[in-house]
Amino acid sequence: MSTLTRESAIPYTGPAPTNREPYVPTDAPKTDQRGAELAALLGAQQERGQDLPTLVVDKERIVDALRALKNEHRFTLPLDLWGVDYPSREKRFDVMYQLYSLERNERLRLKVRLGENETMDSATAVYKGFDWFEREAFDMFGMRFDGHPNLRRILTHEAFQGHALRKDYDPAQRWLCTEKDVAQLIPKIDPRFANVDTDYERVTLNLGPSHPATHGTLRIVVTLDGEMIIGAEQEIGYLHRCFEKSCETHTYQQAIPFTDRLNYMSAIINNVGYCMAVEKLLGIEAPSRAQYARLVLSEFMRIADHLVCIGTNLVDMGALTNFWYLFQPREEIYGLIESCCGARLLPTYTRIGGLAVDVPPDFLANAQRLVNMLPKYIDDVEKLVDRNKIFLDRVKGIAPISPEDALDFGFTGPCLRACGIPFDVRKTNPYIGYETYDWDVPIAEGGDTYARYLVRMEEMRQSLRILQQAIDRGLPPGPVMVDNPYVALPPKEKVYNEMESLIYHFKLIMHGIQPPVGETYFQVEGGNGELGFYIVSDGTKNPYRVRSRPPCFAIYQAYGQMITGQTIPDAIAALGSLNIIAGELDR
Amino acid sequence: MPAQRFDKPDSIIARKQGLAPGEDAEKGLITLPGESERDIEDLAGGTYLTTKLDTMIGWARGNSLWPLPFGTACCAIEFMSIVSSHYDIARFGAEVVRFSPRQADVMIVAGTIVDKMAPVLKKIYDQMPEPKYVVAMGACAASGGFYRMYHVVQGIDEVIPVDIWVAGCPPTPEGLMYGILKLKEKIERGEIRR
Repeated sequence: MSTLTRESAIPYTGPAPTNREPYVPTDAPKTDQRGAELAALLGAQQERGQDLPTLVVDKERIVDALRALKNEHRFTLPLDLWGVDYPSREKRFDVMYQLYSLERNERLRLKVRLGENETMDSATAVYKGFDWFEREAFDMFGMRFDGHPNLRRILTHEAFQGHALRKDYDPAQRWLCTEKDVAQLIPKIDPRFANVDTDYERVTLNLGPSHPATHGTLRIVVTLDGEMIIGAEQEIGYLHRCFEKSCETHTYQQAIPFTDRLNYMSAIINNVGYCMAVEKLLGIEAPSRAQYARLVLSEFMRIADHLVCIGTNLVDMGALTNFWYLFQPREEIYGLIESCCGARLLPTYTRIGGLAVDVPPDFLANAQRLVNMLPKYIDDVEKLVDRNKIFLDRVKGIAPISPEDALDFGFTGPCLRACGIPFDVRKTNPYIGYETYDWDVPIAEGGDTYARYLVRMEEMRQSLRILQQAIDRGLPPGPVMVDNPYVALPPKEKVYNEMESLIYHFKLIMHGIQPPVGETYFQVEGGNGELGFYIVSDGTKNPYRVRSRPPCFAIYQAYGQMITGQTIPDAIAALGSLNIIAGELDR
Repeated sequence: MPAQRFDKPDSIIARKQGLAPGEDAEKGLITLPGESERDIEDLAGGTYLTTKLDTMIGWARGNSLWPLPFGTACCAIEFMSIVSSHYDIARFGAEVVRFSPRQADVMIVAGTIVDKMAPVLKKIYDQMPEPKYVVAMGACAASGGFYRMYHVVQGIDEVIPVDIWVAGCPPTPEGLMYGILKLKEKIERGEIRR
């Protein structure tokens, strides 16, 4: 755990956070006002005092409300759908929806109260993106959605009994899955190809979950007509490591290492997102030195993420050189992170309220060396592939998705920007000081594999721009941890020499951080898009519920539609360009 | 055929004296640099050697491990670091990464195995030809790691036998290299019979 700096003032004179009082977000008056407007328009109830405008809608009216929000109020991006279980209530479940409006840069949360044996209407007819999210809610909580096209388990296996995220489910209860339980998938043939009769035989082909081109644990079953894919279905859950349940059985600090392992390509961004969500709930802010280090390391991690994505995507197309070549700067980036905290891939470097330890004295010099070195690697790869006929033939116009579909499926991040929609959380909801830097959001047209490649290449350059400006500004002085003994451990020498520090230390170790009762959502721009954390606190040391909004999950559900009409090699190239990270997909 | 000593004046080494550079290849003669003065027996390391067949086979197997990366999670990314340019597992003869179990000797299970994946792991292990070895890379493959939860296999030895466990979450590339060298030693000593 972390330590305060030597200068920190103890005894602490600030307010003691109390876990018995409700959480009051700072912008509650504004969101209440907007929530009241929307509630009046939709005829729904409003829940006041939340960090986002929050409406409570009857289950009979939810589909109408969503349709009105999408068509009349331009909430075109369905961000997330998830459940929360309150077993003591009469209607025990909350089905939560989160929508985003690009025009107004506004988020909205909807809640539906649902009893244990009740069913509600599926929202898939309004937003295609809620398809998998509803399946996940069914898998984890047993909520039933009428009219859902394919309501079956998604993350857990077929022999699983019960619903794991219910509060009365024993976290360690496993169920044996044997080979005969493995799902035999027969993909539905796309209506566009249903009546096409070619001379070729139709074949059903299984790819994965252990396949060199599926990057981990993805499984795709395709129906082929000759070489063309005419139907595809993805099966996920081969890396479902129970992130959300794990958070409920650990304290707030102990949950940080679990977040590393969501998107393990850019682990620090996940750390920052989670820690800032808890900080928002606690009403504290990390010191500027910690924020600065978070920003610099986040951008380096984003570059490392894109380097691996582009490198492995090119390997799938047979260009192995780039992979070897791009791994060199990536190792150097890991060297920088190792110098900060001792770990390479999964650093768990941030803490709630700051950083674990201060950055090393040569941090900026090393960062500058990396920033000087990286453009050459990016340019060289561009030279290798940008005018390569084979590469261009294999990416241009392959697996395209239209901007409307991308929004409807809940795309965010580079994949959405490749459709020409400049949505980036760092611009729309800036955090850790992104608003103070001069940089652009790169977009591309077409939404195909090539556009995604271009966006990622350009994003690395923009990240380097941010980094150069940050390095020029220099490290802010001061501590890297908040001066609040209810959040940060006192320094060791004070623990040994001062009674008060010893008590703070004991209380924090034994009782943990206890945020006020309430719920909050905080989003960061992950390597693949909007990575959000929704946290419900009941005032104890363990989170009541942690929901991670996974960008890959929304993106991957469109994959079947994207590859229909393409060939298998094109599907592989498209999969690499989407950069699906199984840890984040399955959590 | 009995070993023949070339100590007569017309032996190949003697004949080679006085040849201009570049003519060696033409005459079908191959010389190692700086070796032309030595006797032919020294060149080949002696005309015969005595060993046990098992040792010989163990030596050959241990120096040519073809890994099958069963990479599921974060450890697979570290495995990619090991096979790529910076750490370069080729130095230890284990760089021929095969994704087909039929062509692999050692399965490196890199990452968490969940209950849904366990039948797949078992099936792929069964498809590997004998002799086969398994390296459990990282805490999750070894013991489930800190995922003591409803959907995670608590160590892959629930499903398949394991020869080498590599500690770490994820292990450093050096850690996995050490594991592969330990496996090599184990194979050379003939300790693994399966």
